[in-house]
Amino acid sequence: MTTTQPAPTGQVVPLVEVTIDGVRTEVPKGTLVIRAAEDIGIAIPRFCDHPLLKPAGACRQCLVEVATPDREGTLRTMPKPQASCTLEVSPGMVVSTQLTSEVADKAQHGVMEFLLINHPLDCPICDKGGECPLQNQAMAHGRATTRFVDVKRTYPKPLAISTQILLDRERCILCQRCTRFSDEIAGDPFIELQMRGARQQIGTFDSGVLGFAGDAPVGAAELDDSGRPFASYFSGNTIQICPVGALTSAAYRFRARPFDLVSVPSIAEHDACGAAIRIDHRRGVVLRRLAGDDPAVNEEWISDKDRFAFRWQVAADRLVAPLVRDGEDGSGPLVETSWADALDVAATLLAQRRGSLAALPGGRGTLEDALAWSAFTRVVLGTNDVDFRSRAYGGAEEADHLAARVAGSGLDVTYADLDGADVLLAGLEPEEEAATIFLRLRKGVLAARTHVTVLGPYLTRGSAKLRATLLPAAPGTEAEVLEATDTFGASDGDRPRIVLVGERLAAAPGGLTAAAALAERTGARLAWVPRRAGDRAAVEAGLLPILLPGGRPVADESARAEVAAAWGVTPPAAPGRDLAGILDALRAGELAGVVVGGVELEDLPDPAAALAALEAVRAAGGVVVSLEVRRSAITELADVVLPVAPPAEKAGTFLTWEGRPRAFAAVFDTAALGDAAVLGLLAEEIGTPLPDASMPAWRGQRVAAARLDAPAPPEPGPGQAVLATWRLLLDAGRGQDDEPHLAGTARRAVALMAESTARGLGLQGAAEVTVRGPRGSVTLPLVLAGVVDGVVWLPFSPRERAGAAALGAQSGDIVEVTA
Amino acid sequence: MSESSERAGGQPEEKRRGLGGAIGDLLAPVAGFGVTFSNMFRPTVTEQYPYVRHPTAPRYHGRHQLNRYPDGLEKCIGCELCAWACPADAIFVEGADNTPENQHSPGERYGAVYQINYLRCIFCGLCIEACPTRALTMGNDFELAGPTREGLIFTKEELLAPLTQGMLGVPHPMVEGTTDRDYYRGEVTGPTADQIAWVERERPEDPTLEGARQAAATKAVR
Ligand code: SF4
Ligand code: SF4
Ligand code: SF4
Ligand code: FES
Repeated sequence: MTTTQPAPTGQVVPLVEVTIDGVRTEVPKGTLVIRAAEDIGIAIPRFCDHPLLKPAGACRQCLVEVATPDREGTLRTMPKPQASCTLEVSPGMVVSTQLTSEVADKAQHGVMEFLLINHPLDCPICDKGGECPLQNQAMAHGRATTRFVDVKRTYPKPLAISTQILLDRERCILCQRCTRFSDEIAGDPFIELQMRGARQQIGTFDSGVLGFAGDAPVGAAELDDSGRPFASYFSGNTIQICPVGALTSAAYRFRARPFDLVSVPSIAEHDACGAAIRIDHRRGVVLRRLAGDDPAVNEEWISDKDRFAFRWQVAADRLVAPLVRDGEDGSGPLVETSWADALDVAATLLAQRRGSLAALPGGRGTLEDALAWSAFTRVVLGTNDVDFRSRAYGGAEEADHLAARVAGSGLDVTYADLDGADVLLAGLEPEEEAATIFLRLRKGVLAARTHVTVLGPYLTRGSAKLRATLLPAAPGTEAEVLEATDTFGASDGDRPRIVLVGERLAAAPGGLTAAAALAERTGARLAWVPRRAGDRAAVEAGLLPILLPGGRPVADESARAEVAAAWGVTPPAAPGRDLAGILDALRAGELAGVVVGGVELEDLPDPAAALAALEAVRAAGGVVVSLEVRRSAITELADVVLPVAPPAEKAGTFLTWEGRPRAFAAVFDTAALGDAAVLGLLAEEIGTPLPDASMPAWRGQRVAAARLDAPAPPEPGPGQAVLATWRLLLDAGRGQDDEPHLAGTARRAVALMAESTARGLGLQGAAEVTVRGPRGSVTLPLVLAGVVDGVVWLPFSPRERAGAAALGAQSGDIVEVTA
Repeated sequence: MSESSERAGGQPEEKRRGLGGAIGDLLAPVAGFGVTFSNMFRPTVTEQYPYVRHPTAPRYHGRHQLNRYPDGLEKCIGCELCAWACPADAIFVEGADNTPENQHSPGERYGAVYQINYLRCIFCGLCIEACPTRALTMGNDFELAGPTREGLIFTKEELLAPLTQGMLGVPHPMVEGTTDRDYYRGEVTGPTADQIAWVERERPEDPTLEGARQAAATKAVR
């Protein structure tokens, strides 16, 4: 919290000597007076100043008396008190704060009085009451009684900026932290300072306030689900940095007081970024989440999903007790039972079928969970049929890539590296899929230290905010485009180059191979960015058919020997089946059962086929055991359901996409058990206790990365287009259930295509299009945008309407498009 | 009895000095009875509670009450300042949003959950001092005993002042054109025709309607 602009690395900044309240100190040139004072432990009151935002000098609370030497060296006091948050130190400067200077103290008292003139002082009903800098400052530096006798300016309150963010203009002290954040950090200037003088206020586009005829000047694609101009995925941060209670969230409004809350630091579970958060709970209920402060990861910002989506953990369909099938033959409905009984039933069913079982552990767990799954599969189930991937994926090419370049590679590319590099994003839309990466890239881009190139079908709003160069590629042609690329970035190679491949690139055959080749060609470092919090841990733990913990190849005998030495059990030697192989084998009766954890049917590339496979295995007398937090389509099919704890009720470690361990403690001490504990109990019951599966990284020969040549790209015929799709940050995901206020701020679902494509499909002037895939069709409003020709983009699964998920088609598949 | 003899026995030196040697020793065992006898002729102070009930001092700190404005709206805004002030942590409050369909108090916020735990409360009165709307006051009721723990955690329903004649049951909207400040300043003196009409529409069976209609009519005549 002490630097405003980090000095460009490697440059030596000269020191400047200043005296603050009689204390001499040396600080780097360019340091603000308020920070120099902070460094020696002198706190100057402030509202608008924020170390991660540009100085504004808007609130004037930080006034101090300043004297500087003139040409002869005589100290001359500046005629008026100066704002210490905008003033840089100069040699020989003498600063007197409120502690030593009456002038400064009086000035600060005056500013405080002015700030309170129109302030409603409704602290009793204000969400900020008890943690309000203005309240604290007024108590510490304000007058005990008011001298203001006139009528205060009032506004109707609150003003809903989005379904989530509410603005109380009466309380606003016009510090502009919110507008500066939106503009400088998030890049969504959806609120702005309006009007002048006493009527100056923060607001959205409001024709009434602005005296502007007509609608807000935004396009159809820029509306949110509630019909407002699209706000921001980062809007919740404005609430946190607002120094008064002017910005509040609908979800937390009036729910508690700071002194009711118990705060626990934690890690966000919604993506692979590992953002630090703070969880505030009261009487066993989580009431809000705030951004934690971690300069190495998320600085002080988190996405709205990380902030507001937490009630899924206690949703009504949360499993509280184990479930087993009723009836003698195990065909009845699921009924609740005791842990002892459920473990007994599950152990019996699994032990009978040992040797023909598989595991689908999902990618949402912690490192501890993933390791337990890995050991459970190898030691208890006795198989390598395990695949954490539960999404469109790239089969053996992806598995090889992960085994060769990701597993056991430790901390390589980090957030800090993104700031100051030429970055190529392939199969990754950071604003939607990895919000913290988006903010870090944007920070670098705005400082002209980073340049971003995006491989994708169109320049998204998020990419535009990164001022990215688009490398246009229709889905299915990614490999081809990457192969044809010789260089990227804007610096002719004097900045380091980084290629970030998203998990989606794997679904384009040859994509990962081409990206790795490009990285090699351009001397770039390559990093893999999955979407889920547990994906990287799953790779490290070897939850792939060809991989053991620490990046050890299954096929390597010495690797197996190392594992055997550490575990006391030799893992099976034959590489296993991957997700598609497991599902096929279940359907064909080659496998007699599967243990599933943290997988949603909707996540799988073909939910209908997966459902059929699970039904088939049960019909053939096989077994499905499910470890889940909440009831889902898969638990409904299971023979035994073992409830596991959501992140708030267990301790663990998430691995970020960088490979950085992010340990967190349990928020609540409940009876719920994590995956690792449940698998441990189950293994005990079966009679094969689980070894501690953690192992150091593999030093030996790695899996050789496959070289896959890209197949011919899809050729849409008449009336057809190539589907492009990905998940948006806010959509129908189950992690966002029970959050109506948040859901309203999701992007409006629209179908995007180029004008030429629309013309070719005979869709000129159509307001809506219907896209048809093998399993269904969806109708969405049509918006013309600069999408690659012949491609239609749909959101994967928006909450309000059906999206690409309903088509049964993947990115790169051909779909029919009609009006 | 035992107490007085103890006391007598506790000061033998003094008695001996006062009465002098042998006689003092002789009378010492019965000296205590002097206190007994002298009290026999004083008026008795035993209260025949619960058969006879004496009023408490007028500002006695008894059971709490959550007050209402004259139109029936609750004064409590759910601010939790009382809970904050309470040294015994006896008060639990949860606020909630007032909405047009569900308005319990003037303004944006009301106390949705309100509990005082009388097993904890020490009747210090700090809570009523903290209350910014004078919603919370203390009455003179001191009969706060009971056989269960749950029974002694008083809920909002138990603490809310009853609707007196002329008040309109909540929820209902604020008097049209007023703000929470007008309420606080005492400018609202009773339910208005619009509020009554709203309740008639939403809850035609509400038992307070009749009284509210009468009150509104009397006021209109005045
Ligand atoms: S912003 Fe602060 S000072 Fe203003 S009403 Fe809220 S708590 Fe009180
Ligand atoms: S709303 Fe809050 S952050 Fe924004 S200008 Fe007003 S006081 Fe500052
Ligand atoms: S009784 Fe008074 S102090 Fe307590 S919550 Fe209600 S308004 Fe606030
Ligand atoms: S903190 Fe310096 S002007 Fe606001």
